[in-house]
Amino acid sequence: MSSVFANPGSASGYFGDFGGRFVPEPLMAAVRELEDLFTAAWEDPAFQAEYHSILTGYAGRPTPVTYCANLSQDLGIELYLKREDLTHTGSHKINNVVGQALLTRRMGKSRIIAETGAGQHGVATATAAALFGLKCTVYMGAVDVKRQALNVFRMRLLGAEVVPVNSGSRTLKDAINEAMREWVACVEDTHYCIGSVMGPHPYPLMVRQFQRVIGDEARSQMHEAIGTDPDFVVACVGGGSNAAGTFTAFLESDAAIVGVEPAGGAAVGRGTPGVVHGMRSQFLQDEFGQVEEAQSISAGLDYPGVGPEHAYLASIGRARYEAVDDAAVLNAFQVLSRREGIIPALEPAHAIAWVLAEAGSTIPRGSRVLVTLSGRGDKDSEQVAEILGGA
Amino acid sequence: MALEARLRARRAGGAKLLVPYVTAGLTDDWVRVVEAVAAAGADAIEIGIPFSDPIIDGPVIQAASQTALERGVTPASALAELGEVSIGVPLVAMTYCNLLFHAGFQRYAGWLEEAGVAGTIFPDLPKEEARPWAEFAAGKGIANVLLVAPTTSEERARAIAAESRGFVYGVGLMGVTGVREQLAASAIGVAKRLKSVTDRPVLIGVGVSSPLHARQLAPHADGVVVGSALVKILADGGGPEGAYDFVSSLRQALDGQ
Repeated sequence: MSSVFANPGSASGYFGDFGGRFVPEPLMAAVRELEDLFTAAWEDPAFQAEYHSILTGYAGRPTPVTYCANLSQDLGIELYLKREDLTHTGSHKINNVVGQALLTRRMGKSRIIAETGAGQHGVATATAAALFGLKCTVYMGAVDVKRQALNVFRMRLLGAEVVPVNSGSRTLKDAINEAMREWVACVEDTHYCIGSVMGPHPYPLMVRQFQRVIGDEARSQMHEAIGTDPDFVVACVGGGSNAAGTFTAFLESDAAIVGVEPAGGAAVGRGTPGVVHGMRSQFLQDEFGQVEEAQSISAGLDYPGVGPEHAYLASIGRARYEAVDDAAVLNAFQVLSRREGIIPALEPAHAIAWVLAEAGSTIPRGSRVLVTLSGRGDKDSEQVAEILGGA
Repeated sequence: MALEARLRARRAGGAKLLVPYVTAGLTDDWVRVVEAVAAAGADAIEIGIPFSDPIIDGPVIQAASQTALERGVTPASALAELGEVSIGVPLVAMTYCNLLFHAGFQRYAGWLEEAGVAGTIFPDLPKEEARPWAEFAAGKGIANVLLVAPTTSEERARAIAAESRGFVYGVGLMGVTGVREQLAASAIGVAKRLKSVTDRPVLIGVGVSSPLHARQLAPHADGVVVGSALVKILADGGGPEGAYDFVSSLRQALDGQ
């Protein structure tokens, strides 16, 4: 078996009991084609070379690992940040869209569609579309269009059409529904660029592979910095792509792996098994299986489900999933800004918040902690300023 | 009553098959609507159980599902209401597979049996994932219907038709459910492909919206499923009478009148 499928269960599209391919028959041909194409491309040295040359020459990789001297002293631990905020477009999302844009071109398709929550994946997709000369439409919940106005402007500036979605909770979950509906009608010339490790097989696996550059870089950078693996590897989890990309490099190590979910959207911690958006995973749902709305200060984590690999890692105990509330996130947003001069996006501020809360207890003094800082906070500054009263 | 036996018998008698779709719980009188649809000449009736995230449904059925959910409809309550009446034609419960998995096969089948439901459709449960439920349901005399799309290869269509029970649901176009002005060319294409690979009843739905569409499909398929066009009438307040009139017009079109 090829290296893509080295993870347990992946050959059939399952991570243990989670994953699968629950799509309407009209989409089946497209997801099967995508699986074949991705599998071949991933093994193709020419594809790998082009993918990595774009990540290097265009997206700004590799990103550094930063040692946070001030916070480390405050907390009595050694804190390291994997700086995905320093990539082109300001978040890890670019790693995935470069890969999927290359696949779109290989399929001979001329258009790419995407869902977006915070707008980071939408901006990254619009960016890749501009670079590759693809037409681009981004579906975004009407609530998110309002709270992420800057990213809406950026997408339009990059030439993408942004479609506000008014169905359901008008956030990320509904943007995914609408993108899927649109995809059925235009699958012949359009690729659906899913932004996280979710959806029907092969998406969870494919997006994880396109994001594993985060963890692969970080592990060797940590070895260079401290000569060994960190004691803790921490990342925020909505759908879970930056976390999956980080964790995958450390699964075989001794590091404790921690995914941090928003308290109002803790699909691993508080959800139950279900099948939604093409995958069997964990979801927030009522007693009959109607999907519930997530509630989070962070549009990017406002998702009632989670990628199936996270459900799997939790089920076998290899990773643990913790939740932090909005107040702790706002605090972490400010603490990292003031102590380290790094304004994080609200999404990775969840991971920082967990570290701030647990340093000295769950995280013993002296521990070496790697946190993936998945994006920068510019997009959130206006929202946080409103909440804090213009602080 | 057994779904496939009933449809085959009607077909053998020279009839074209008519299966209208009604969203459960859309209005207070929705069970009366189901009765009116049966009286107007339906051969079976698809009962849409509302789900929060209907990814293959267009605006009409999305809105109807949302309304029903806001009215407090659950799969258990909808099916319990149906169980209180005798409709006289087979019922097929259509919804998304999360409701099935969440309830568990035993519990879900129990609801179906109490309601006298003869078949199930889960559009997001393709052949590869459907088998455990299909086998369980068959043990209870419930037919699990599978879908074939315009993009389904002939080989795959053959395999799906072989595993489908009750009938084979041919998706008439690449897109979500909804009212369309014209019948898509792909609807007739799917019908022809399915008829060439299976003896099982072939019904075409999605984008089949009017008596004209039904008449256009009649020479190529065993029958039609009509959803959004009927649900739109109900959402606009048409009630049992509006449903009766519309389904009667479909019946007449299929009967060549």
